[in-house]
Amino acid sequence: MAAVDIKNLDVVFGRNQNRTLALMDEGLSRQEILDRTGDVVGVQGASLNVKQGEICVLMGLSGSGKSSLLRAVNGLNPISRGSLEVQDGKRMVDLAQCDAATLRHLRSQRISMVFQKFALMPWLSVVDNVAFGLEMQNVGKRERRRRAMEKLEMVGLAEWHDKLPHELSGGMQQRVGLARAFAMDSDILLMDEPFSALDPLIRTQLQDELIALQRQLNKTILFVSHDLDEALKIGTHIAIMESARIIQHGKPEDIVLNPSTTYVQNFVAHTNPLNVLRGRSLMTGIGALQLEGESLLLNVHDQSRVELQNGKPVSAHRGGQRLSLLEWQEGQPLDSVGDNMVVIASPEISMRSAIELRYRSGLPVLLSEGGELVGILSDRDFYHALLGKHFTQEAEQAEVA
Amino acid sequence: MDWFTEHKIPLGRWMESFVDWLTLNAAGFFDAISISLEWVILSLVDLFLWFPDWFIIAFVAALAWGLHRKVSLAVFSAASLLLILNLGYWTEMIETLVLVLTATALSILFGIPLGILAAHRRWVYTVLRPILDLMQTIPTFVYLIPTLVLFGLGVVPGLISTIIFAIAAPIRLTYLGISRVPEELIEAGKAFGASPAKLLLKVELPAAMSSIMAGVTQCIMLSLSMVVIAALVGADGLGKPVIRALNTVNISQGFEAGLAIVLVAIILDRICKKPGSSEEV
Repeated sequence: MAAVDIKNLDVVFGRNQNRTLALMDEGLSRQEILDRTGDVVGVQGASLNVKQGEICVLMGLSGSGKSSLLRAVNGLNPISRGSLEVQDGKRMVDLAQCDAATLRHLRSQRISMVFQKFALMPWLSVVDNVAFGLEMQNVGKRERRRRAMEKLEMVGLAEWHDKLPHELSGGMQQRVGLARAFAMDSDILLMDEPFSALDPLIRTQLQDELIALQRQLNKTILFVSHDLDEALKIGTHIAIMESARIIQHGKPEDIVLNPSTTYVQNFVAHTNPLNVLRGRSLMTGIGALQLEGESLLLNVHDQSRVELQNGKPVSAHRGGQRLSLLEWQEGQPLDSVGDNMVVIASPEISMRSAIELRYRSGLPVLLSEGGELVGILSDRDFYHALLGKHFTQEAEQAEVA
Repeated sequence: MDWFTEHKIPLGRWMESFVDWLTLNAAGFFDAISISLEWVILSLVDLFLWFPDWFIIAFVAALAWGLHRKVSLAVFSAASLLLILNLGYWTEMIETLVLVLTATALSILFGIPLGILAAHRRWVYTVLRPILDLMQTIPTFVYLIPTLVLFGLGVVPGLISTIIFAIAAPIRLTYLGISRVPEELIEAGKAFGASPAKLLLKVELPAAMSSIMAGVTQCIMLSLSMVVIAALVGADGLGKPVIRALNTVNISQGFEAGLAIVLVAIILDRICKKPGSSEEV
């Protein structure tokens, strides 16, 4: 079931809503509309479906409308046209048509938010900040303190509970912000560039923590970011926005491999492929390999080979020495992999792990699916991706098409 | 130009008729205010005078210590009050204190809600601003006359004039504090489901508190500066000996009463300042 369902949403800031909407329909640009009516088009014609448990990253440069869209989801921005439905128990509530009481109900029970600049109350202690949302719900003092301490524990700040926010570092303050949002026990979490005010090391750390917490809590997260690497790392889905519109929405790998416009392409060209690309899109397929009967040469210099039987790798040897075959699963420790092994992995393996395996075993990584060899990952494939050839190739193809 | 000067616009007359109309038609209303305020002030004076003087001195010193944890301030407050007692201005000092505290309390009572309203509704501030400017710039003696007419001689017209002069500070600083609450804090409040009342009580007022307190402190100081003028219309207190000294060219009395006012001002200012911020200002 969709947790958030957005259809043809327009968000306009200004006094001449009707005229602006008419001009938008006529196809005028944001700048032209600003000149004529003085209104700013925040979001135009956005449709987005976010399922329960997804992390959907709204991604774009500043001014692209990603924050405007996010803020519409909890009613901080007004909806000018279209519908924005949020799941509330068994029904969907349309924010475009709900009254103040329903909106408050959604905000206190269903949706909580993490802010870019933390937005902690400077006069409240850390634990009272975490309990802030509960206080708005009229939860009793004892109960809200207990629940706040529980969440503080979760983000590792329990012993800081009686400090004031300004006594904490930026990263810690944002952890308090996270705990405050988690304390609401709401299913939908809105995060407005929560980590961009932090230095890179802390940012990475908090991203990892968020992913770990998400695994544990299974929230639906809408996350705004201007950093594609962050989006690719965190998101299960990414919606790319440019001048108030969503121009592409899909899984991270789809975005990287099939950018729909040159704008997305330019974005993608600067990303780190290690986190996104998977074995399948990198590999040299079985059809392109030079098999000698049922034997595949892996390394010319030391004559390492793997023998196949009906397409299934069965044994490997280096000259006269036998090499063992290791079926590697994502998440398995890498330490056990040595240079007397041939590693077999799934085509879903991430590029990062594949390179690590290649490095440790000294041999290309075999990819098999349903027991059958489908391709191998050798140095050439890795270099290809690292140099971004992947993208230029796609781009050339796109241009030709 | 003769014609022009001969036909004077009767601005003053209009005002006079307005005040006359008020005295005729709303006399009961103003009398009620006058009587109840006078009763409040006189009762408070009686109450404070009922306490032994040493008790009040000890209480003020303890308050100074309790709020600021500074021995120097406690000692200074006690010594100042002892000096006032010694000079023989104890009763006047109490009367002044009550006048100032009542004026401040009433200013806060009306000023803070008005300031909040002005911050929330732009048009209220647009209307209020020139009125506040007027109240602070118009010479005090000018509105002393109608208040005298409406409320009669005594402590009440002094109190009303003091409020007119001092209320602008809490209104302005409350307005300033509330309208300067960072937008992100308001949004955080809303995002967590705060009702408008909770938003005001739990976000806006705490965030604006230092500004509002500055307004209150200023209000106390402005009220104190009106003590002498209030004495002109018959309000009892430290202003009276100053006026008397002026009329009789009595340097020693003028100096003593003036010193007492300054000491009260310093004590009130230091005690009311937010703990910790005393070094900043």
